[in-house]
Amino acid sequence: MIAILAFYLFATLTIASAVLVIFARNPVHSVLWLIMAFFNAAGLMLILGAEFIAMLLVIVYVGAVAVLFLFIVMMLNIDFAALRSGFTRNLPFGLMVALVLLAEIIVAVSAWKAGPVTGGAQPAATTQANIEAIGELLYTRYLFPFEIAGLILLVAMIGAIVLTHRRRADVRGQKVWKQVDRRPEDSIRNMQPTVGEGVKL
Amino acid sequence: MIGLTHYLAVSAILFTLGVLGIFLNRRNIILMLMAIELILLSVNINLVAFSAFLGDLTGQVFAMFVLTVAAAEAAIGLAILVIFFRRRGSIAVDDVNRMRG
Repeated sequence: MIAILAFYLFATLTIASAVLVIFARNPVHSVLWLIMAFFNAAGLMLILGAEFIAMLLVIVYVGAVAVLFLFIVMMLNIDFAALRSGFTRNLPFGLMVALVLLAEIIVAVSAWKAGPVTGGAQPAATTQANIEAIGELLYTRYLFPFEIAGLILLVAMIGAIVLTHRRRADVRGQKVWKQVDRRPEDSIRNMQPTVGEGVKL
Repeated sequence: MIGLTHYLAVSAILFTLGVLGIFLNRRNIILMLMAIELILLSVNINLVAFSAFLGDLTGQVFAMFVLTVAAAEAAIGLAILVIFFRRRGSIAVDDVNRMRG
């Protein structure tokens, strides 16, 4: 009973927040509604017993991606009112495409229901925790895709840095070659100062 | 009882909303990127739902890979957006075709 209530709560809130992401006038509100949608989708996945993906959704999407969006929206000084100019003009066509797409998906789902479901129809009764099972699968059978995923993230990170990095003329940077070239003879002198004379630099 | 179809319905509606968002906000590329995130979220819900109801963890593993790609895509997309804004002073994607050459 409580699971059904929770499902409908999370599902309704997810869809409502998704609607508000699209229709909100202020893009900062859009990002905040996106965060709300991610949280509720995480709740949906929690009901399904996929704890690891749910937590990953909260950490990666809410903690990283949505906050990145928020930074960009607030950092760039953009006139968002001008960007909404085509909104009402695109509305009928967009709604039509969306309705056609939804109808297609519904037809596809009902077609899938007519056919037999292949694969283990019974949820495997495991004593293992979800995270444990995913970890075992990830580091054995899917080790190679896992490494590739890490590589994709590395490429994205380096790509983002290279794209946004700019060399500024008014900044005095570090001259690495000068530091590396420096020898002890250039900078260190051994002195034997006598009493009362001091050292000449 | 909540069945697989319920989750598929939520996921389908979310996907459609994402596509609708791309169509409605044709000029605002930030909202388009957010709509793409919504689409990827709906795909993830689909994968996890099938994974849970078929008792096969592979779906959850692939949901993680989708998450990885979504994060990478957001980072690169926003980086391109930042340099585009620096050059042009706006993010209206109508004149993005100036980027060539």
